[in-house]
Amino acid sequence: MCSITILLAAGASLVHGAQPFRPQPLKSGIEFSSAEVRALQHDDFSSPAMLWATRGEKLWSESAGASGKSCASCHQDARASMKGVTPRYPQIDPGTARLVNIEGRINQCRTRHQQAAALGYESDDLLGLTAYVGMQSRGLPLNVVIDTQNRRHFERGRDMYYTRMGQMDLACTHCHDRNFGRKLLNDTISQGHGNPYPVYRLEWQTMGSLHRRLRACFFGVRAERPAAGSQDLLDLELFLAWRAQGLTVETPGVRK
Amino acid sequence: MSLHGMAHRPRALALIMAPFSLLLWLAGCAGSGSQPPYAITAGEIRAPLSTVAPDAARGRRILVSRDSNCILCHAAPETGERFFGNLAPPLSGVGSRLSAPQLRARIVDPRFFNRESIMPAYYRVEGLTRVAEPYRGKPVLSAEQIEDVIAYLLTLK
Ligand code: HEC
Ligand code: HEC
Repeated sequence: MCSITILLAAGASLVHGAQPFRPQPLKSGIEFSSAEVRALQHDDFSSPAMLWATRGEKLWSESAGASGKSCASCHQDARASMKGVTPRYPQIDPGTARLVNIEGRINQCRTRHQQAAALGYESDDLLGLTAYVGMQSRGLPLNVVIDTQNRRHFERGRDMYYTRMGQMDLACTHCHDRNFGRKLLNDTISQGHGNPYPVYRLEWQTMGSLHRRLRACFFGVRAERPAAGSQDLLDLELFLAWRAQGLTVETPGVRK
Repeated sequence: MSLHGMAHRPRALALIMAPFSLLLWLAGCAGSGSQPPYAITAGEIRAPLSTVAPDAARGRRILVSRDSNCILCHAAPETGERFFGNLAPPLSGVGSRLSAPQLRARIVDPRFFNRESIMPAYYRVEGLTRVAEPYRGKPVLSAEQIEDVIAYLLTLK
């Protein structure tokens, strides 16, 4: 009986203490995309995602809220001040000690500094600003550092990544570590990196955030979908950012 | 032990585990309400899950439908569909490789055979996490649907 207990315990410890790893060789999702999608992402003149980035560029210098300030009032030229910012996100906000991603940071600037209402998670304005800010770091390597402050979030994200869920009983790792490059019906599975987000997705016919994409994966395995901006998705985003270290920012991306 | 270490576990251990997962599963099964009981013996479920006469044509439709997802992973050109996944071995010829009792066991609980299998257990409702509300407490396929799918798979000689 004792040996049974040991074997069962070994089975139960799958998640806790899972040694996370990065897929080898590390490949950006665009490498698994069709030639048509690659061409769109690589050409700013034909990329539909650039419509949102341009919207973001315009919003950057428009005053908003009771403060009458614009993003540019504090940060001046985004091309200089926002360069190298997204590769460090999500990060712990010193004010609240909570994990925030770029969307969350933009909304903090809106409410704290502009005294304006927070933007809706999938609103064109927030997608536009996120795309514009992210674009300033194109080509720079993702660079989150796991330390004592964010470790708890990292571990939650990691555990979620390796835990089977939903009626289909699959974990992220089953598709994105063990089966990338293979076909799930007519989608080629990538390594599941967040480096091009937000992306214009042809299937959505619009721009969408990383959290929208993650919700689609939860939906695919018939699992409860955490809300966009929720702690679950932020923690997962942190783990994904760690896992994608070595890749560069490709915002704003294009996907099938 | 990491999940990835488990993937490369020697086959022998999987065989040792098999009887225990059977025990576990029997224990888990005892409480499940409306599902007819089943037992995996020597890699087979001998008795049909349902008394309704199976229908291979219905089985084909289930195999290619969005609800069952089989062709998300498996190719089955005989169905006449154009797109298939390749996460799993093609189902062509499966009817001459496996008997009805063997097919039944593989569809009901693939992880009985391979603990790391990515194939969903089509008749299991226990031991799942974060299941979305519309699917909670329900197997992916009903007993009748599984028997229909088996009838179709048996035509793939
Ligand atoms: C059943 C298979 C499956 C599972 C399980 C799954 N995904 Fe996905 N995922 C896909 C497919 C298919 C796509 C779209 C094609 C692609 O880019 O990989 C995708 C896309 C993504 C992308 C966007 C990649 C890009 O370059 O645009 C990310 C990030 C991602 N998944 C993360 C996750 C995470 C995190 C989980 C677990 C919560 C998860 N996935 C679970 C199949 C899956
Ligand atoms: C998410 C992927 C996935 C889905 C969906 C899936 N399978 Fe599988 N199936 C597999 C894999 C992988 C194997 C190989 C054995 C293993 O790893 O469990 C397999 C093995 C099998 C086998 C044994 C084949 C042989 O030659 O030994 C049968 C039969 C089978 N599947 C039938 C089905 C049917 C019927 C459905 C739908 C009702 C289905 N599968 C859905 C992944 C899947």
